Amino acid sequence: MTRRPKGKLDLDPATVRKARTLARKAGRPIVEMAKQHTTVSVERATLRMAGLQGADGDGIPWANRLLDVVRADVGLEHGVALPVWDALVRHEAEDLATLAQKAGAGSVTFRVPEGRDAVRARAAARKQVGAGLKRIDRRRRERTRMIKKHGDAPRTPWIYLIVATGDIMEDIPQAQQAAREGADVIAVIRSTGQSLLDYVPEGATREGFAGTYATQENFRLMRAALDESSAELGRYVRLTNYASGLCMPEIATLAGLERLDMMLNDSMYGILFRDINPVRTFVDQRFSRQVHARAGIIINTGEDNYLTTADAVEAAHTVTTSQLLNEYFAKEAGLEDWQLGLGHAFEIDPDLPNSFRLELAHALLARELFPDAPLKWMPPTRHMTGDVFRGNLLDGFFNLIGSLTGQGILLVGMMTEAVVTPWLSDRDIALQNVRYVLDATGDLHEDFRPSPGGFVQQRARAVLDDAVGLLERLAQESLLEGIADGTFGLMRRPADAGRGLDGVAKKSSVYYNPASELLEATDRVSAP
Amino acid sequence: MTIVRPYGDTTGDGMVQLSFTLPVAHSKVAEGAAVQLANKMGMDPALVVHSKPMGPDFTFFVVYGRVNHLVDTSKVEVVERDYPLLTPKEVNAAVKRGMRRRLVVVGGCIGTDAHTVGIDAILNIKGFAGEKGLEYYRELKVVNLGAQVSVPQLVERARAEKADAVLVSQVITQRDAHLLNTREMSAAFREAYPAERRPLLVVGGPRFDETMAGELGVDRVFGRGTTPGEVASFLVHRLAPAKVAA
Repeated sequence: MTRRPKGKLDLDPATVRKARTLARKAGRPIVEMAKQHTTVSVERATLRMAGLQGADGDGIPWANRLLDVVRADVGLEHGVALPVWDALVRHEAEDLATLAQKAGAGSVTFRVPEGRDAVRARAAARKQVGAGLKRIDRRRRERTRMIKKHGDAPRTPWIYLIVATGDIMEDIPQAQQAAREGADVIAVIRSTGQSLLDYVPEGATREGFAGTYATQENFRLMRAALDESSAELGRYVRLTNYASGLCMPEIATLAGLERLDMMLNDSMYGILFRDINPVRTFVDQRFSRQVHARAGIIINTGEDNYLTTADAVEAAHTVTTSQLLNEYFAKEAGLEDWQLGLGHAFEIDPDLPNSFRLELAHALLARELFPDAPLKWMPPTRHMTGDVFRGNLLDGFFNLIGSLTGQGILLVGMMTEAVVTPWLSDRDIALQNVRYVLDATGDLHEDFRPSPGGFVQQRARAVLDDAVGLLERLAQESLLEGIADGTFGLMRRPADAGRGLDGVAKKSSVYYNPASELLEATDRVSAP
Repeated sequence: MTIVRPYGDTTGDGMVQLSFTLPVAHSKVAEGAAVQLANKMGMDPALVVHSKPMGPDFTFFVVYGRVNHLVDTSKVEVVERDYPLLTPKEVNAAVKRGMRRRLVVVGGCIGTDAHTVGIDAILNIKGFAGEKGLEYYRELKVVNLGAQVSVPQLVERARAEKADAVLVSQVITQRDAHLLNTREMSAAFREAYPAERRPLLVVGGPRFDETMAGELGVDRVFGRGTTPGEVASFLVHRLAPAKVAA
């Protein structure tokens, strides 16, 4: 799906190689740390993969109730699989759901099995979790079949539109209408605050603030609606949600089970913008990315967010740095180039002279550094003032860069950004803007070559050089220190603080998790 | 001249533009309905200059027309700045003279609001509209708690830091969340502090009505476009006032 403008910036291949080597060097200790820890959400995701669904009368998911009892009895450090399947092998309950209910009622006591009991528990856990992974595999094949049957998006960039009413029943007609109007990808924004819930709400939800809760049932309902739209429109319409916050692993699992197609999944976003503990985030992120890799889901990273707090010119190299880190973490977790919707954004102050040239240089740099990644191009938000007329013009220039630099996923900018949640007419005007620019420019990118040694080339190289400088520092000091002292988005986040730290445990010598075992062993299936 | 009407291209022509959507399929009837709405809103004559179907069930309109309403600028009620605008240097000097210590400001976004744009524009050294944020002021100690701070956390931190002023930003307005959160916040501070010791409470956000301070139980509401200098000047005016005048 990528157009390849080859060598428009004439980047030095040695510098590019060096940048990747440094990203690997900075990232590797984080991966080692992630491998040594588990979290409550990783363990709950394992239960969900094994088929545990539903919630108690107060809306607390059974996955939480069961894990909490296991944790109280034997701790988190051995993982949930050994004690839970040991109890099942011992016939404490006939299935996982009943076990969760009994545990919630206090009539089961868990232990960490040893010897032959442990062998039996591991085998039972592997079988049941493996069946869940096979369901995810089937959903992936189903997507491939449906794309073959209905056809894919007609062009790149894919047009990405957001719905966010708070009510899944309102979201559905809006999403279907957006698809009719040309959206290739529908994103259902989550309710603000969901990222800080340490559980995944249950069932269809009709109440949310500035977004709709991510739940398995909401996923299922929206995917079914877009399957209808895909058939109606003769092209597969993709669905996006958010695997970020405290429940990344669980939401990634639910996305795989319900055939979502893209997930927001940034390596550092939760740390920086939600003050979630860094260790918790990196452990959760690795597991969630392994699930995404297996499910054939395209991830969208969140570099655009840095530019909403830091200056888009001064901090341009932090975007590049984060993209390189996100690429390393993603590939380490088994994701492939076609699954990397690396983020970046059009956020330079439009009053700055040459702001468009600077944007062009930055966008082209991302394109050339990651030639096989789809790249997610995000519209202006920070300098949208409420002047909707000017906003519409800015969005047009944003769309122009999307076309000129071969972006893979284009999030449609709304002229009413910072004014209201988009109206029906706002969306229509925004799509008209996108269509005009994409149709009018056509393959203009073929004709567009920045002059050798000119402003655009120089700016792109300067940003890359700054990114290499920053990566050198991060590789030398440590990424956790860099995050602690405000390198990204000007947020300072020390490793021993932040939300969700109490849900992290260092793995014991007998730790076992069949999901991790199977995901680590996943033969990297290629092709969507 | 306090009586005015809208200006298109001639004084007194009363011309305005309007756009809206009707849940009606695009047709002659839909256009007539748009004219009817514009007439009822006081536009006469109303000219539908653009109508476009949006899917099978909706039509979008742009209408230009003349309104016969007059507005009297002498009867408009707004919150005018009732304090002198100071430079950072003057703010620092006033704090030094008036308080003999640094003025402590605790800020954050409360509730589920994750939009730190507002609070960062005021607090971060980077600032807004060419003005440096409060962190730049030597005599101000700024504690920015960032996004999604709970009200109890905010109160606790304000106590711990011995805050002179608490700044809260609210961007999300769905279901009036900004108003509910602000009332909850001001009530919590009233409960936690004796009246004379309570820190100055300031809220800001693009959708606030600046006249609502009393109703919300805060000392000041700042709306869209407020700059760090205005906020700093207000804080000094209220917390170190006598010395400023001197």
